[in-house]
Amino acid sequence: MAIFLDENSRVIVQGMTGSEGAKHTRRMLAAGTKVVGGVNARKAGTSVDFDDVTLPVYGTVAQAMAETGATVSVLFVPPAFTGDAVIEAIDAGIGLAVVITEGVPVHDTARFWAHAQGRATRIIGPNCPGIISPGKSNAGIIPADITKPGSIGLVSKSGTLTYQLMHELKDFGFTTCVGIGGDPIVGTTHIDAIKAFEADPETELIVMIGEIGGDAEERAAEFVRDNVSKPVVGYVAGFTAPEGRTMGHAGAIVSGSSGTAEAKKLAMEAVGIKVGRTPSETAALARAILTS
Amino acid sequence: MDLFEHEARDLFERYGVPVPRGFVADTPESAREAAARLGGTVVVKAQVKTGGRGKAGGIKLASSPDEALAAATAILGMDIKGHTVHKVLITEASEIAEEYYLSFLLDRANRTFIGMTSATGGMEIEEMADSITRMPASSFDASAAFPPSIAAEVNAVASALWKVFVSEDATLVEVNPLARTKDGRIIALDGKVTLDDNASFRHSRPQDSAEGDPLEVRAAEKGLNYVKLDGTVGVIGNGAGLVMSTLDVVALAGAAPANFLDIGGGASAQVMADGLDVILSDPSVRSVFVNVFGGITACDAVADGIVQALGMLGDRADKPLVVRLDGNNAEAGHRILDAARHPLITVAHTMDDAAGRAAALAGKES
Repeated sequence: MAIFLDENSRVIVQGMTGSEGAKHTRRMLAAGTKVVGGVNARKAGTSVDFDDVTLPVYGTVAQAMAETGATVSVLFVPPAFTGDAVIEAIDAGIGLAVVITEGVPVHDTARFWAHAQGRATRIIGPNCPGIISPGKSNAGIIPADITKPGSIGLVSKSGTLTYQLMHELKDFGFTTCVGIGGDPIVGTTHIDAIKAFEADPETELIVMIGEIGGDAEERAAEFVRDNVSKPVVGYVAGFTAPEGRTMGHAGAIVSGSSGTAEAKKLAMEAVGIKVGRTPSETAALARAILTS
Repeated sequence: MDLFEHEARDLFERYGVPVPRGFVADTPESAREAAARLGGTVVVKAQVKTGGRGKAGGIKLASSPDEALAAATAILGMDIKGHTVHKVLITEASEIAEEYYLSFLLDRANRTFIGMTSATGGMEIEEMADSITRMPASSFDASAAFPPSIAAEVNAVASALWKVFVSEDATLVEVNPLARTKDGRIIALDGKVTLDDNASFRHSRPQDSAEGDPLEVRAAEKGLNYVKLDGTVGVIGNGAGLVMSTLDVVALAGAAPANFLDIGGGASAQVMADGLDVILSDPSVRSVFVNVFGGITACDAVADGIVQALGMLGDRADKPLVVRLDGNNAEAGHRILDAARHPLITVAHTMDDAAGRAAALAGKES
């Protein structure tokens, strides 16, 4: 099993004709993802060649879904147009929208997130590397060759830290890795992913990676205390970040005394989550639990 | 981007938030002229993007143009928590009857926007946390915190302030204090505005003026994601999370990081050279830790980039580099670094080991 994305997922790419969209469509196909088409209103009716497949370009998400049975859309749309593109995907009733685009105005994210409430679409991102269920499907830009199918579920705000932990624990493999993104508002939270991993019979251990800013990790810790029976291992980045400075990710900022790495680590440890001081120590904690 | 108070004041005025009359001055003489134009008693306020101006002596009352000149002379050039004062805002003084608080901001947890208000104001927000009423921005109503007569007036200000928030793509608009004057007017005496940098493409905005560190200014000119810190180990990495983690691992190894620098994906020789150039220009840097996990980025390309960057920098590259490459094509990357036999480069195979070596090198050099 996997969460949110599996071998039956049929993927379309909004922005497939752009350079990033095309590059990653090729990589997703190479990873075995069932990519079934792209969306670009100005190039509707054309097609794009990827090595041994030719993918059609549709004018709208609704049309792409009707023609291909798509269930997932991955968005490589420029920031100025991302808000409208996500709303189009929501209105078409897509099950999962994975928003890779970095630099989306937070007012736009708030707007499309509000629009998704009560509708069928789960949003991952924006400003995220996407989601991979190794051996089954890859929706986004996470390298597919780091690791294999296995028993760990991972949820992270950071792309490269996701890759680092996948690499360090590659011999165990993963059910699903979800990069939720580093923006102040994201569609899928640590809690959403942890809840799904708890319900997934093949996931034996959950790794959660956080960073400074907001209180998503603290709230996830409360959720773990009340709802999760599986072991959870955690890591938090940004202990040395100065107050009031944005550290790369738009959401990675300590404001006054809130959003510190220390507070997150303490909240996680208080509910029994084992928290590593470095990525390697975090991997070692996971390894010890899985081999005990 | 945080705005200066005078920039916030101008935005407020444009959207109908009541503000005192005022002018910006960057010399004592222009402060005197501003005070003369305003007439009566004025307030001379240091323009810095940090709190605690009052306590630092950055706000002075002046009852004549000459006093305003004297106040501006004292305030201009002052250092407030590491920020140099380049400008003062001169406003008419108000006779205050009561001080309130009003703001709209991003509510990350609920993925929406909230309004906050309080019938007490003028203090640091932390000091009045208990008195603040929070509510969804969409259903903001000052009646929750004020008697009906005042609530109506606060709501009118809130409505204009909300327009600022939405129309300007702000993540924070704060009025503290919102004052009721003795002659019964409600007026925003001080304002703080944070704009969403991601929305800059659809606004014409003031330049985020260079009151920052000169190395940060230079890095920004080269499009680098760089934050200056206080330590001795320079850090370059790919991905915001990994770079934050790298800083922490350096601290655990007993040294302090000198900077945050995320070179993102790609990591071309030019970006590596630009990054190294900024870091090596920092006189407090004694060693550099390059930490790259090759996801999509190939480590052999990064290794080529490092070697070429050192070539481009020539004699300016004079500090030891500890390089840790892992992931995509890491072995090919190591072969390139080994073959280069560059005297400044040490290759380490784990983050923790690399941090230890970089810390040791920083401790040794002086």
